Amino acid sequence: MLTIQTPEAVMFWFLAPLAVISAIGMLLVKKAVHSALLLAWVMITLAIFYIAQDALFLGIVQIVVYTGAVMMLFLFILMLVGVDASDSLTETIRGLRPIAITAALGFGGLLVSLIGRATLGREAAGLVDANSEGNVQALAKLLFSTYVWPFEVVSALLITAALGAMVLAHHQRSVPRATQREQAIARFRGASLGSAAGLPNPGVFARHNAVDVPALLPDGSAAPNSISATLKARGDMLESTQFELSEVDNTVTEEK
Amino acid sequence: MTTAQLLGQDPGWLIAVKAVMVFAICVLSTLMAVWTERRVLAKMQLRTGPNRVGPAGLLQSLSDGVKLALKEDIIPAAADKVVFIIAPIIATAMCFMSFAVIPMTGVVNLFGRKTALQLTDLPVGVLYILAVTSIGVYGVVLAGWSSGSTYPLLGGLRSSAQVISYEVAMGLSLVAVFIYAGSMSTADIVGSQHQHLWNAIVLFPSFVIYVISMVGETNRAPFDLAEAEGELVGGFHTEYSSLKFALFFLAEYVNIIAVSALASTLFLGGWHALPGLGFTEQWLGGWFTLIWFFAKVNFFFFIFMWLRGSLPRLRYDQFMKFGWKVLIPVSLIWILIVASLRVLQQEGAPRSAILAFAAGVVIIVMAISSLVERNKEKVRSADLPEGEAPNFPVPSLPNVQSINVSGGK
Repeated sequence: MLTIQTPEAVMFWFLAPLAVISAIGMLLVKKAVHSALLLAWVMITLAIFYIAQDALFLGIVQIVVYTGAVMMLFLFILMLVGVDASDSLTETIRGLRPIAITAALGFGGLLVSLIGRATLGREAAGLVDANSEGNVQALAKLLFSTYVWPFEVVSALLITAALGAMVLAHHQRSVPRATQREQAIARFRGASLGSAAGLPNPGVFARHNAVDVPALLPDGSAAPNSISATLKARGDMLESTQFELSEVDNTVTEEK
Repeated sequence: MTTAQLLGQDPGWLIAVKAVMVFAICVLSTLMAVWTERRVLAKMQLRTGPNRVGPAGLLQSLSDGVKLALKEDIIPAAADKVVFIIAPIIATAMCFMSFAVIPMTGVVNLFGRKTALQLTDLPVGVLYILAVTSIGVYGVVLAGWSSGSTYPLLGGLRSSAQVISYEVAMGLSLVAVFIYAGSMSTADIVGSQHQHLWNAIVLFPSFVIYVISMVGETNRAPFDLAEAEGELVGGFHTEYSSLKFALFFLAEYVNIIAVSALASTLFLGGWHALPGLGFTEQWLGGWFTLIWFFAKVNFFFFIFMWLRGSLPRLRYDQFMKFGWKVLIPVSLIWILIVASLRVLQQEGAPRSAILAFAAGVVIIVMAISSLVERNKEKVRSADLPEGEAPNFPVPSLPNVQSINVSGGK
């Protein structure tokens, strides 16, 4: 018979409602990032439960793998999609909803039947027996002896998935990418040295230093590439001639 | 008695006292670390550094902290308020949590009870530290996202990508330590190094990989691309001010001290004295080991400062390439070698077989490195394309028609 100690019970009744509430909240909140956060919290509470029940390794690995890696990647993608992009509820793939519901029901049924088969009508061996030679050692022994075949199959599946993602995201370059060294050489050996040191700042004889007024080149003409392309496209570009002084005294008075 | 059994006897009040002590040590060493860093960096740059507040400027970081706390706390209008407040709390709390499994002293006498200055000893202690750090990354990512502004978002993305990639290399460098020590508990690893040589010597490649990836993982120079001032203003904490910023600041330094502490625990023998100075471990009723521990932590902290004082920041793609294409494959190969040697040893292979295996590995590594070197030579000696002599445009100065800068022609 399993005995439950008081601290464990207290922790359970404190954390379990929190976990359930955040699991429900995950489905109800509007922003995808909040949803992901609540899911991460549910994972952490699960890990705490594992640890409380002496499955230390499982709990820690749950945090490292699921919360630390999988959820983080997920969060990453959500953030790249956009800060305030709200989820659209329209189906992008036709018939996605029935497929998803069928798959979810099937998976649920599979889980229930498997767990039922594993637990119903059997006597639990007990943690003391299972952990007799150390939690990690016992897990490793099972994983690399009895269950080595499923373990390998799952790893092959994951590697295939990773390869598939790489193939889908891959794009072939027709020319090799120029290295920094080659770019620098090309810049200096090219036809014009104008771009060698980057785009021009406000010019040598500049008459205005606002971002929408082109810089002046040494010969007094305007340098159009000193203006941001965005401003140029918007048409927010001023002529620098209007800031010209009426008369520039170019003569040098000799010092006495 | 093992450390785990020793710690298991602690009564509740002693655990609470030790938790407070660990917390205080972290906060105090952060204050000291900021001052030390500023002074040491100043010495490297031929300046004096903070020298006004208190003797030799010792109280400078304290006064900075007070000033920071009294500043106005701004929450941007575009921010996601709840997440914006939670993020620094996650980042800070997780840094402190990783200290729970670090053994700071040997057996000492604390309020009349025999114990060790270590909160708990888990059989998977080092994995616990990795888990806690990986939650700590959430603080950075969420701070970047919730600020509702572009620079923090980019900084947050960069820094989380960086921490995750370097955590892989870090985790792999630890595997060799686990194989060699036969345990994942910090106290056991310290104990195993006391019986043999330090892991830094036996597992030198792992040590090097760990030290590199710990700098990458803490977002410190030369890997501080997440806070690259020139490109990203301040990175993920651009929008933070007052106490929330102070929390991030605290988290950064506690994190540095935590990875340094882990490095000294796993590779430099933890709280044990230097070889040959073992008698000092009994001084002050065992508390002298705390001094040894912090001497080693400070050694790593000095490396952090030294790097910051001498190296420029890496470009982001080079940094990622280095992590994924150099550090991770190298550590995978190293794990393979260590594991093979270990199995050879355990299966009772003759010494000559082990030596032959090691020699084979060395020869293969040398062959590969010489090939790579030759390739590099080829790239370096490639001819530059010939072009026109440059003719620089010059301003039309009064009374000067043109300037010949190309010399001779």
